[in-house]
Amino acid sequence: MRIILFILRKEFIQIFRNKQMLPIIFVMPILQLLILVNAATFEIKKVNVHLIDRDQSTYSALLREKFSASSNFNIVNSSFSEKAGIEDLSKNKAGMVVIIPKDFEKDLRNNIKTKIQFLMNAEDSYSSGISYSYGNSIVSSFSESILSQALQGSQQQTTPTIDIEYSHWYNQDLDYKKYMASGILVVLITMIATFLTSMNIVREKEIGTIEQLNVTPIKKIQFIIGKLIPFLIIGLFELAFGLVIAIIAFDITILGNIFLLFGLAFVYLLVMLGIGLWISTVTETQQQAMFIAWFIMVIFILMGGLFTPISSMPDWAQTVTIFNPVAQFIEIMRRVLLKGSGFKDVTTQFSLLVAYAIFTLSVSIFRYKKVSD
Amino acid sequence: MKKFLGFIIKEFISIFRDKRTMVVLFGMPIAQLIIFGFAIRNELNDATIAFFDQSNDYMTEQIKQKLVSSNYFKLGANLQSNGMIEEAFKGGKIKEVIIFEPNFAQKLLKDGGAKIQIITDASDPNMAQTLLSYTSAIIKDYQTSLNKQSDLAPIIQSEVKMIYNPEIRSTYMFVPGLIALILLLVCALMTSIAITKEKEIGTMEVLLVSPLKPIEIIIGKVIPYLLLSFFNVITILILARVVFNVPFVGSYILFFFIALIFIMTALSLGILISSVAQTQQAAMMMSLAGLLLPTIILSGFIFPISNMPLLLQWFSNIIPAKWFLIIAKGIMLKGVGFDHIWKETLILCGMFLFFILISIKKFKVRL
Repeated sequence: MRIILFILRKEFIQIFRNKQMLPIIFVMPILQLLILVNAATFEIKKVNVHLIDRDQSTYSALLREKFSASSNFNIVNSSFSEKAGIEDLSKNKAGMVVIIPKDFEKDLRNNIKTKIQFLMNAEDSYSSGISYSYGNSIVSSFSESILSQALQGSQQQTTPTIDIEYSHWYNQDLDYKKYMASGILVVLITMIATFLTSMNIVREKEIGTIEQLNVTPIKKIQFIIGKLIPFLIIGLFELAFGLVIAIIAFDITILGNIFLLFGLAFVYLLVMLGIGLWISTVTETQQQAMFIAWFIMVIFILMGGLFTPISSMPDWAQTVTIFNPVAQFIEIMRRVLLKGSGFKDVTTQFSLLVAYAIFTLSVSIFRYKKVSD
Repeated sequence: MKKFLGFIIKEFISIFRDKRTMVVLFGMPIAQLIIFGFAIRNELNDATIAFFDQSNDYMTEQIKQKLVSSNYFKLGANLQSNGMIEEAFKGGKIKEVIIFEPNFAQKLLKDGGAKIQIITDASDPNMAQTLLSYTSAIIKDYQTSLNKQSDLAPIIQSEVKMIYNPEIRSTYMFVPGLIALILLLVCALMTSIAITKEKEIGTMEVLLVSPLKPIEIIIGKVIPYLLLSFFNVITILILARVVFNVPFVGSYILFFFIALIFIMTALSLGILISSVAQTQQAAMMMSLAGLLLPTIILSGFIFPISNMPLLLQWFSNIIPAKWFLIIAKGIMLKGVGFDHIWKETLILCGMFLFFILISIKKFKVRL
């Protein structure tokens, strides 16, 4: 035990002595949390519209009015040629072109069906789909109002209507920041903890101090525990710090049990530290360690359900995410933090994390040899 | 010049000797592109929903059928009471609950109106909104089919053309983003580490007392990575074309030219980091932990920049990947020429010069 304490002291002195690393470890993640959470939103603000009105009638003016009154659109330009519209799309000046056909009003007055054309810039497939559905709903409500006008006077028949009521639970205002803050926080503490561990032992290898440690009577297990604990503490500390920031800055209320959250975070950090340690044992230089850490991390993050929902992935990819500890912990954070889920709701994730912790730690302890090549 | 060439050859040898790094360097972009091209999706697909049907008549049956048979939803559970909703959400799988009021068909036909309540799990707000709009659309559609007889079908129809991406595939958006992400990180990471390493293990002094000028040392260190990155661009592009059928409408020459400028910007960023960082660890944390998330989030790779708050839209201008993404999408998907992207290109050049100037100022000939 005393030996472990000595190693711990050495590690902490080394971490806190490095004046350049301190802000990187403690300030940078918090700054990123504050900035990036605000940026990560799919909420579609205003779409810039290029309007081509080939009819120039009262009806087309009415429709134009509807578009400019809507909070979803912003008419930035209008012309009479499709080419000019597409030119605006290609310059990113407009996100969509709306074309009102010639004889729009005439057709409507004569009860002939007519068509509004939307040209979308679909580079970003998701946003363009949403913007189109907004546009479509304006057109169909316009269509309805024209119809009911036409029907006035004639017998007004009652048609069955299904009344849709809705409510959004856990996040009534659909505030994207609450959702993102938890996920981004997970990624930040994961990066700090994993990168630091993965470079730690390999650094001793590279600058040669590992040999001095090898000839001491320190046991393998003591050495590894001593190497892990500092980063475990740093990770948990940053989680706590980040949560406080999230509560203050993003108005998050913690619905679940905070002790449960930290207990699970403890297990999760063990997994990630185990991975970092494993990287450290299989590499020779810090450069290699960093590359492998980067490779693993990018895959973990992008397939972790942080930005794009796991449930939208193809089935095989969803199966793969079972082996992604980051995905498991992001899920845990969101359930416990935002929905107030209890331990029984996250037992699957918990048992997976425990299994990975045991696996990664035993593999890396096994791989680490107290002899240098 | 001969001395300089010799130095570059030495650098190449020391990079190629390290087999593990080589594997990661060439294997990673390919692996990432393949994984993400196939796995990252933004479209709604098989979301798990639950029904609480208090009516169980032929109409609710038809609506449920219609919802489940669309590709967007899959049935997770049939609930029996309001109290089970909370339980279902907390378990995590179920994203939306649809409640039909008692005597649905009867009310709809007799009283001309019936109620459906939709409750979403808005802990994922984006998902919640999408689910709600898809569900409402399907229900509305059902309602219209009931009204068919009474010729109230909409008289104005909408027709949509998805330009640049007719099949609405998110891969089109992710591939250019991945190129930018991989290039930026590989370049910045590799150079910053390579130079800091010499500082940390002390060989930088040896280099500095050699007859090579400091600027030659830096260029010599950077050139191998420039070539490697360029090779990566070509592989990624071939993969994107062959495996994902991402269109390439514009000019290849223009694309490679701009990619070269972007690579140089990223390399100069690496040089800048190495001139600031004292240890490899610091260099790594700056270039990895510092650049990874901002590049993913603020470049428009996943989140459209136009949706961000104004302050952040402005802030995103300092992210080099943002400019490269605009250019790459423009050339690949829209086929625009240089006249559309000269501004973005100029900005990248400006960043390159800026990074280089600062690094030269920071670079100390004596350690």
